[in-house]
Amino acid sequence: MEEVPHDCPGAGSAQAGRGTSCQGCPNQRLCASGAGAAPDPAIEEIKEKMKTVKHKILVLSGKGGVGKSTFSAHLAHGLAEDENTQVALLDIDICGPSIPKIMGLEGEQFLEDNLGVMSVGFLLSSPDDAVIWRGPKKNGMIKQFLRDVDWGEVDYLVVDTPPGTSDEHLSIVQYLAATRIDGAVIITTPQEVSLQDVRKEISFCRKVKLPIIGVVENMSSFVCPNCKKESQIFPPTTGGAEVMCQDLKTPLLGRVPLDPHIGKSCDRGQSFMIDAPDSPATLAYRSIIQRIREFCRLHQPKEEQLVGS
Amino acid sequence: MEAAAEPGNLAGVRHIILVLSGKGGVGKSTISTELALALRHAGKKVGILDVDLCGPSIPRMLRAQGRAVHQCDSGWVPVFVDQEQSISLMSVGFLLEKPDEAVVWRGPKKNALIKQFVSDVAWGQLDYLVVDTPPGTSDEHMATVDALRPYSPLGALVVTTPQAVSVGDVRRELTFCRKTGLRVVGLVENMSGFVCPHCAECTNVFSRGGGEELARHAGVPFLAGRAREWGAAPAGPAAGLRGGNGARAPSTPQRERQRGVHWMQAVPTGS
Repeated sequence: MEEVPHDCPGAGSAQAGRGTSCQGCPNQRLCASGAGAAPDPAIEEIKEKMKTVKHKILVLSGKGGVGKSTFSAHLAHGLAEDENTQVALLDIDICGPSIPKIMGLEGEQFLEDNLGVMSVGFLLSSPDDAVIWRGPKKNGMIKQFLRDVDWGEVDYLVVDTPPGTSDEHLSIVQYLAATRIDGAVIITTPQEVSLQDVRKEISFCRKVKLPIIGVVENMSSFVCPNCKKESQIFPPTTGGAEVMCQDLKTPLLGRVPLDPHIGKSCDRGQSFMIDAPDSPATLAYRSIIQRIREFCRLHQPKEEQLVGS
Repeated sequence: MEAAAEPGNLAGVRHIILVLSGKGGVGKSTISTELALALRHAGKKVGILDVDLCGPSIPRMLRAQGRAVHQCDSGWVPVFVDQEQSISLMSVGFLLEKPDEAVVWRGPKKNALIKQFVSDVAWGQLDYLVVDTPPGTSDEHMATVDALRPYSPLGALVVTTPQAVSVGDVRRELTFCRKTGLRVVGLVENMSGFVCPHCAECTNVFSRGGGEELARHAGVPFLAGRAREWGAAPAGPAAGLRGGNGARAPSTPQRERQRGVHWMQAVPTGS
């Protein structure tokens, strides 16, 4: 990966190759010639690779710490419970790759026969290793994940993303541009400080024409193990996800209560749905996963619906 | 505007503290806000620089959304959030035309704005500048550390929750601090427990013990005693977690003083 100058305006920008910070950059001539504005050949290569991947679902938020990785992992587990369904989970949170831990995979690559996982976490030799990369290098890693990993025949590819609306999000949408992304599942918690960021994420999806499967409100409520009474750990002072979804005309896929066992299962790398099959949180997850399956089935292009199942 | 020969807009700032995590949603912005309020309560003049460009939370937390940013000869005038002008704030949140507008920028553009936030905001005389950061170890963090390096920041307050997923990211953040020469002032474990408003039982909602163990492993101060009461703040409506609506827990002068005392002990004032 070549070094780009700190103030690189971006290969696709109008200033490419022409800005003052471009002086001395090894790519200056290339950018100035307008080659940077041409589509990346990797997009076509990725399109080829993705031909064997039936459904692609992005899990987004905008806000950090709302449970994207937890949800992505459990979505993958849930879809893979049918042993005839091939599931792949791709973690593109390059700086904070949580998926290996949550899937109990620190050190291995495959869980069950029908569930494959990829994350930059697997490429780091120590848990203290920091991935201190600027945007262009992160984008390169994402491109490699999509183009160079042999995904094989996959029914569902679930992509876990970092918080924000930046390089990783632009790249995943850009690199998958020539394929069809079924849609995005957007995770939030009930409080306004979360919804504030999630509205921006919804706006991002609309800008890049990414269909939205729906919103999941996580950590909706808390049931005290002592007195069994319910309380709101993150008060929905502005109406929570329900009001936001009504305002923005987006489906609310469901609400997941905060069960303290979820954190513990994730720490141990186990599926919470297997650990606690009767928890209201498990029931909520299962209902949401079913709705996602239905969305994918209903929105398949006609020719795919006729062939096969 | 260059800081080259002249000290520039940070000349009047005595101490700079960064609030980092690596992990999202652990309470960086909440803690940055509480730290600023506590320092103000201790009679200090405080500035907050919010470099989370994609998810700027601080304006809402201080009920300053929608305020306008004015220009002066030295650059942008930060927004004062109180009558006494003891807390000033700069955030990309003030520069957006619509609050729901997404800032969809790649690294280079984010770097450029952060540089401007550091050199082109007329902070004036401040005792402390608290810098709130987004999760990760990427463009924003490198740009912030590079831009602040000439001003010798006091160091970083690193925030985690107890669970392993959080600790996993925060370990990497500690490596980032080491590699960039940023001293870790202390580790705060947030959301250690939730106090049920009905029966007052405290439940460990996000596992337990991770923060203290991490601090021990990494050899950084764990703001423990204070942490358990406040820094390792029990989450929840009754226990004073700021966030959802910008409203604080019922504030008493005693609680404010307590916070102030805890934070003054935790934050070295240096020489």
